[in-house]
Amino acid sequence: MHTSNTARQALPVSWVRDKLLMGMSLRRYLRSLATPFDAVAALILLVGVPVIIYRFTFGLGAVTNLSQANPWGLWIGLDVLSGVALAAGGFTLASVVYIFGLKQYHAVVRPAILTGFLGYFFVVVGLIVDLGRPWKLPVPLVYSWGTGSVMFEVAWCVCLYLIVLALEFSPALFEWLGLRKLREWIVGLTIALTVFGVMLSTLHQSSLGALFLLVPHRLHPLWYTPFVPIHFFVSAIIAGLSMVIVESGLSHRIFRNQIGASAHADLEYITLGLGKAASVVLFAYFFLKIQALADSGAWALLNTPYGYWYLVEVLGFVLLPCVLLAHAVRRGNVALVRAGAAVAVAGVVLNRLNVSVVAMNWNAGVRYVPSWMEVVTSMAVITIGVLTFRFIVNRMPVLHQHPAYQPH
Amino acid sequence: MSLSRRRFLKCASATGAAALVARPVSAAAAALRTGRTPAVLVDTTRCLGCRACEAACSEKNQLPPPVKAGDESVFETRRTTDVNTFTVVNRGGGPDGSHEARYVKSQCMHCLDPGCASACPAKALEKTFEGPVVYNRERCLGCRYCMLACPFDVPRFEYEKASPYVRKCSFCADRQKQGLAPACVEVCPSGTLQFGTRDALLEEARTRIYQNPKKYVHHIYGEEEVGGTSWLYITDVPFERLGFRTDLSPTSAPELSRTALAAVPFVLTLWPPLLMGLYTFSRRREEAEKAGAGESESNHAHE
Repeated sequence: MHTSNTARQALPVSWVRDKLLMGMSLRRYLRSLATPFDAVAALILLVGVPVIIYRFTFGLGAVTNLSQANPWGLWIGLDVLSGVALAAGGFTLASVVYIFGLKQYHAVVRPAILTGFLGYFFVVVGLIVDLGRPWKLPVPLVYSWGTGSVMFEVAWCVCLYLIVLALEFSPALFEWLGLRKLREWIVGLTIALTVFGVMLSTLHQSSLGALFLLVPHRLHPLWYTPFVPIHFFVSAIIAGLSMVIVESGLSHRIFRNQIGASAHADLEYITLGLGKAASVVLFAYFFLKIQALADSGAWALLNTPYGYWYLVEVLGFVLLPCVLLAHAVRRGNVALVRAGAAVAVAGVVLNRLNVSVVAMNWNAGVRYVPSWMEVVTSMAVITIGVLTFRFIVNRMPVLHQHPAYQPH
Repeated sequence: MSLSRRRFLKCASATGAAALVARPVSAAAAALRTGRTPAVLVDTTRCLGCRACEAACSEKNQLPPPVKAGDESVFETRRTTDVNTFTVVNRGGGPDGSHEARYVKSQCMHCLDPGCASACPAKALEKTFEGPVVYNRERCLGCRYCMLACPFDVPRFEYEKASPYVRKCSFCADRQKQGLAPACVEVCPSGTLQFGTRDALLEEARTRIYQNPKKYVHHIYGEEEVGGTSWLYITDVPFERLGFRTDLSPTSAPELSRTALAAVPFVLTLWPPLLMGLYTFSRRREEAEKAGAGESESNHAHE
């Protein structure tokens, strides 16, 4: 491509307008943001961002209900543990499409990788908010390796995988910027990146569960099991598949102007396929849970308040979505598949919260309930993530194919 | 189609690189199990509840003086260690049928294989070769995993500070380096606290129990708990009555996470070839399908 001198001078203004303002004038663009969704998002940020600043000024104690007895709360349970699980769609779909060669799922791989990348990015943001001394994050990564620590492994994997996801998503960025050479070069690395991503995901998804191997003295016996790393890994696949179902369903409704009619029919086929896979994995996960229960021999604890809560998780949020998805796929009911997937997503979040917060310190006197400021902070981090997702989807070729490029 | 040499090399080199990264994690604490590690024997039957140890600890670590010094009412509530209190003495129930009370000091137990050090990703908490479990504050991220991993609720976090640290008893590692006993042991007037090597103190504890089998509970707390601790307790009342957790298993923290960490090298070395193998299959299938489609539709033009 060549540009004449006059065109080059005019470039910045038209570039901003084309690339950032979606081809609108600034005034029109701002007016396009006056929607109820944006109003709610603005309200959350208006409260949440000052709370985050307040937290960094006065310490965790000023904002959270964390205590010496309960050092981990909502931010770890939701923003970090659930966030990583829900972002598992990136590696799941990348391996389905690029490794297993199931090209019919190609349409959802890019949004899944974007969800994965933003998921991990905001997991790190949430972690920085939660860490007491986040400016020391380079310590374990660079010069003081706690190689005997599961947390060390998680830190390394999440850091590397964030880079992998950024590279996996970068073809969309380069298509948007028109950098064809870079795009071709990075596309050539697709398989290597996918393999590396699956490896890192296997490690840290399971290791997030392995963090809890150290706490038999704190975690309720119904949730404490030596198999918790396997549970976390398998349920991350459930979360990944289900999130892609839910997220693609929402995207096709919200960004429908970007998607052609044939893509809608394709998505129904894709949703049914993913729903079937999620149902099968849920079934396996249900049996893993039962097997762990048999291993611990904690059957008698089922008939206690914690036991009822455990049954709510395992029956209501594992077995129910499993049956629901199987039924919906048989009937070809796409809406019901999406509903079942939403229940499965909620179930994985519930599991992470149970393991890290609800069933933690069950035998201690001091219970932890998050403060409103913790809730608002989590909401603000998630909101910024959703807004970033929308910003990118509205500009880069994520939901649709860029006309000038071959799919990869 | 066959696996090209280039692709084979790519695959093999990825596997080799992964194998290099995955070194086995050494169990550094094994050397410390020799029994020569420094330890303290606490004979709770001798403790008067004078709290001189608390005062000495505060002075040594430049902490605020103990609350309600010399005031008996301090024992009415059960206290725990805190960011500015590295050791506390609590009152527990006495022997059955007596009105006596028992006092018990608590502080970091300085485990042989500490959970906190196993948890720490940055080696901020570390089991030293000399014995004490120490905190290198300049490495700490403030992730608070150590607090969960500790079965004795010892590491405390400065929630009220914008630049917080974890705080706990250091076993007076600096004093020990100079050949001195920990400050609390040195000041103890009743002989409750005794400093020495762990094997000698275990022997001493066993002797006391053998010589007074009706008086003492036949258990040395800390001998087996969570793989063994440097602080050892003997008592003449059930340990629960003094606030001890008696449900701790003898499994140490590194043993609990060993299997999970041992899986890492396998994932690093096996996943790349397995996934590349699957990829090769799917690619071959795709090429065969293309070739098949090409033959049957050879009349149609392709672009």
